[in-house]
Amino acid sequence: MSAPGAVELGGGSIEPTNVAVSVSDLRIDIATTGTPVISDVSFEISRGEILGVVGESGSGKTTVGLALLGHARRGLRIAGGSVLLEGRNILELNDEQLRKLRGGVVSYVPQDPASSLNPALRVGLQLREVLEAHAADQDGGKNRADHSERIAEMMREVALPDDPQFLRRYPHELSGGQQQRIGLAMAFANRPRLIVLDEPTTGLDVTTQAHVLSTVGDLAKLHDVAALYVSHDLAVVAALASRVAVMYAGRVVELGSSDDLFAAAGHPYTRRLIGAIPRLTGGRSLVGIPGHAASPGDRQPGCSFAPRCSLRIEECEREVPALRPVASGHLVRCIRAEEVLAQAQRRIGDPIDMPAAESVAALRLDNLVASYGRHEIVHSVSFSVAAHECVALVGESGSGKTTIARSIAGLHHNWTGKISLGEEPLHTSARRRSSDIRRQIQYIFQNPYGSLNPRRTVGQIIEQPLRVFGVASGRAASHRVGEMLERVSLTASYAQRYPDQLSGGERQRVAIARALVSEPAVLICDEVTSALDVSVQAAIVELLGNLQRDLGLSMLFITHNLPLVRSIAQRVAVLHNGEITEIGDAAQVLGSPAQPYTRQLISDTPSLETAIAEVGLGEAPMDVGSGAPAGEPPVDTAPTG
Amino acid sequence: MIPAAGPDIAAAAVPLEAPAVHATSLLRRSLRLWRTRIGALLVGLLVLVAIVGPYVAPYGPSTPVGAPNSLPGGKAVLGTDYLGQDVLSRLLYGGRSILIMAVIATAAGLIVGVIIGLVAAYARNALDDVLMRAMDVIMAFPQIMLALVAVAVVGAAAWVIVVAIALTTVPRIARVARGAALPVVERDFIASAEAMGVPRWRILFVDLLPNTLGPLMVEASLRMTYSIGVIAALAYLGLSPDPNGANWGTMIQQNQIVLVVQPWGAVMPIIAIALLTMGTGLIGDGIARTAAGIDRDRSSG
Amino acid sequence: MLARIRWGGFTGFVIRRLLLGLLVLFMVSIVIFAATQALPGDPARAILGRSATPASLAALRLKLHLDQPVFTQYWTWLTGLLRGNLGTSLAAQEPVTTLLKPKLVNSSVLVAASAIVSIPLSIAIGSWAAFKREKIFDTVSSNLLLVLAALPEFVVAVVLILLLATTVSQVLPSVSIIPPGSGPWNHPSALVLPTLTLVIAVAPYVARIMRASMIEVLESDYIEMARLKGLPERIVLVRHALPNALGPVFQVIALNLAYLAGGIVVVEYVFNYTGIGGGLQEAVVNHDLPVVQALAMLIAALYVVLNLLADVATIMVTPRLRTQL
Repeated sequence: MSAPGAVELGGGSIEPTNVAVSVSDLRIDIATTGTPVISDVSFEISRGEILGVVGESGSGKTTVGLALLGHARRGLRIAGGSVLLEGRNILELNDEQLRKLRGGVVSYVPQDPASSLNPALRVGLQLREVLEAHAADQDGGKNRADHSERIAEMMREVALPDDPQFLRRYPHELSGGQQQRIGLAMAFANRPRLIVLDEPTTGLDVTTQAHVLSTVGDLAKLHDVAALYVSHDLAVVAALASRVAVMYAGRVVELGSSDDLFAAAGHPYTRRLIGAIPRLTGGRSLVGIPGHAASPGDRQPGCSFAPRCSLRIEECEREVPALRPVASGHLVRCIRAEEVLAQAQRRIGDPIDMPAAESVAALRLDNLVASYGRHEIVHSVSFSVAAHECVALVGESGSGKTTIARSIAGLHHNWTGKISLGEEPLHTSARRRSSDIRRQIQYIFQNPYGSLNPRRTVGQIIEQPLRVFGVASGRAASHRVGEMLERVSLTASYAQRYPDQLSGGERQRVAIARALVSEPAVLICDEVTSALDVSVQAAIVELLGNLQRDLGLSMLFITHNLPLVRSIAQRVAVLHNGEITEIGDAAQVLGSPAQPYTRQLISDTPSLETAIAEVGLGEAPMDVGSGAPAGEPPVDTAPTG
Repeated sequence: MIPAAGPDIAAAAVPLEAPAVHATSLLRRSLRLWRTRIGALLVGLLVLVAIVGPYVAPYGPSTPVGAPNSLPGGKAVLGTDYLGQDVLSRLLYGGRSILIMAVIATAAGLIVGVIIGLVAAYARNALDDVLMRAMDVIMAFPQIMLALVAVAVVGAAAWVIVVAIALTTVPRIARVARGAALPVVERDFIASAEAMGVPRWRILFVDLLPNTLGPLMVEASLRMTYSIGVIAALAYLGLSPDPNGANWGTMIQQNQIVLVVQPWGAVMPIIAIALLTMGTGLIGDGIARTAAGIDRDRSSG
Repeated sequence: MLARIRWGGFTGFVIRRLLLGLLVLFMVSIVIFAATQALPGDPARAILGRSATPASLAALRLKLHLDQPVFTQYWTWLTGLLRGNLGTSLAAQEPVTTLLKPKLVNSSVLVAASAIVSIPLSIAIGSWAAFKREKIFDTVSSNLLLVLAALPEFVVAVVLILLLATTVSQVLPSVSIIPPGSGPWNHPSALVLPTLTLVIAVAPYVARIMRASMIEVLESDYIEMARLKGLPERIVLVRHALPNALGPVFQVIALNLAYLAGGIVVVEYVFNYTGIGGGLQEAVVNHDLPVVQALAMLIAALYVVLNLLADVATIMVTPRLRTQL
């Protein structure tokens, strides 16, 4: 009914004159090659409304956000389309006009508050200059006294102390949450019409994140500001935004109210994405999305999601589908959207059949006290991991979970107490332990970019433990390497590649292969998915879960992501300030927590459950994306995630 | 922390069949730049002159061939110097001493400096402090000062100069090696090797060293440039193993007074030293730019 | 008394660095002394040459206290040093202090002049090259600085003489002797070429570090944020970029000033400038150990002081380090 690209929004009660910003046919290219990074993006935001933009890495969501300020990062160029702000197309403005707009009419809250505040300047000055720059634009410049009052008011709005002493601090003297609030204060300072928030809570603790989010919501409502909230975290967006745009490979693939989207999404990608999100309630396996998004240069003609879509038909690959309305206020870029919508429920995954833990403890900690220098971090922690069991260790940053993990592995030496592997007590330092003990405890690190030696091939990396522990060598070793690669869903041909040719998910798989090749008894996973996209995370957790069950491993799974626990662990220990506050069966602790800290953690965790519960849905199985007869199985046998 | 750049984009941007990028190919890649090529050409040319020169010189370095300070003509293609010796022949004889001393001194300083720097970075504790304080003591002088003190005591023997230069090169290399190694030491693949119990020396030389080669190669070419400069300067000051022999530095000093009359005696060795040091400088810069380009490609999303 | 010193905070930092500097100087003095006494070869023979008679050798050894145990020799020397007695020159038979004082003044003026010219110049060049990255100014200046940095100073000096004082043109004097009794300020034209040489020796390094530092700062998140706040470009550059870019540069400036202390040896010799550099060359050739030792200590002390100043300046420009003290 409407031409492709035309902006057609329902949502009846919103008057056109209330539109704060209107984006049409936005296109952004790589400056040197002209390859499109973003194309065909159109949407509107009304005053007082928050539009969430979700997508994974490479979807182009941050680039869209910056374009609303007329800014493109180095190497990119805004190539076409329009961004209408208060009737003016800001893409046609010159530098000076743009400058006046930024910070005044439209402002930006960046992702990493620590690096976007100037470390050499006091925060008070950084706040004041936003006011001064735009006051100067308007008239000769107001006097300073006005600014001081205004600044105090701004600080109160973001729940920060309003005394001048606080303003004299430097950014590094503030906590992450405080820094982000300063960022919010700067953004709202000149009462802009539009605010672009770029994942402002990444890297913050769950508790802090909850506070920051509520501040954002309150301020937006208070000042009647339109907001664009960019995020990879669907749960956060569900709680905050009234409408959501889903981006994939540089295009908007779905646009609608968050109620519509989470109840019944119309695009297969959105469905799969929702299915990949860990659930706090119900022990279900996670389902990842096979393959990964094509980079700007590699995008094929036709629908960009087609290679990974199980509903793919021939027509999908011919040309890019148009973004068309399937209901009032709900647009989807898929030719089979109606069929997707007809399947009303979401797939959550098979219930996990967790093996019964044995009574023999594989790993045991007794009164572990660990310190950094003279500073005690872990205060007398005791727990055990039974054979074939997976125990999750959760806590916020600074709680001591990584310290515990590294002590077990012998990487952290400054601890007292007793750690035993089976019956045998362990030495504080890995170097002093016997080769066999070292073989039995293996460690997987958080950062997939740092844990593999960039100067070695994948094959050499996986082979190293075999050589060091004297398990196998020569041809036998190569054979085992090939086997392990297949086991982690990579192919044997990966052995010749170097780490910088692999994606984050692939690197974690290599790390897993390296850890398991020497057949350890205990596997320690230290936040192994925190650096990965949601769909990749799901695939990795799926893999780990299967391996743990198949190989009968005992596993200690460390994470700050509570919902993830239900998809992999039988028991969970909650760590707070170096002490275990609660420990027990995962379903019980997370379903009906006994301790106040646990309860607070759970309530602060944004989850889709709340969003779903509000729409009132159950959990019946569905078959989109399962490889069931709805379509041909994906042709792409490319490695998962 | 989700990295701002997409891990998937970074990987997909590199075609799967592309050769991996690492430091031995750093040299090869840097040779694609014009400046590295020019630098290599210059260095190659001058090294040739220095090594082969004595075999093709028309006269000996001390053979008088004409009146002192005469302009080019007759037997002397480039004229004669203040003693009537042939400038061209002295030029061809004059590079060997400087070059050999510079190479040995830099190589020795490089080896010792790398070991100290890597050990200090890996140890990260009291050993690191002690080593770096020792380095500070040596670095309390400009390079030439230490050489001057040594020569003042012992005399301008070749070994004295080489040891002095090598000694002052060590801390400068050690600093760079340590600086390049510190961020690598923090990375998890080193921790992974430690957890496996890989012996320390193996971690140092097989895991750590290859990942620091970029900055090290750049610093090495810088050090080479300096060594050549200092040794030539010492010769200029009259402090070379053979003060009367042919030596580019000495030649400049000897013929400086007659620049107005017969410039070639001083100008030719100046050109020789200038081209040689420019060459090593260009090579170092080429490597530095290639390494920076690789880092940029890797980290951009 | 030690207990009353405040070990924390800024003053504590300065005191600690001073003590550390003194420690380094102490170790340096040991090294210098060891070098002059413990190296193979007999200093007396080296000074008097091969034709020396046993009697004169013995007399010299006595004079140099070479018969006494090493520690006593060191102690005599060190205490003398601290009292301001730098020994007696063997060649000139005069107290080193008298010999060196006028020369020290001349050299200080030269170093000061070079520093005053080169530091602002290189900061300006580096910043501008970074700001106009990869445009003409940047490409030309970067390549020019690269070439100049590679050349040894004496080569630069002689080329300057060639170009400006002898063969190509003769606008400046080719030697810069400062007669005793007057100072360099009375002979400004004599100062030009040596200063120019030293500026060329030092400026490329500072300019390149400034450029690199400024480029890194200009690509940082907080600069992007400053622009997205709508601040005028002038404020972005001067208030936001420059303070952050200068931090790493101070270290390099100190290093280069210290390098100057050694660079003057060669440069003064080239121009016959009456300074401690020229004096050092003489002393080395004559094996005049007391002079050599004294000059070495002076230069080392200069280096330590400059490094301390650089550290202090860096801390003052980097609030993060300041508050950690």
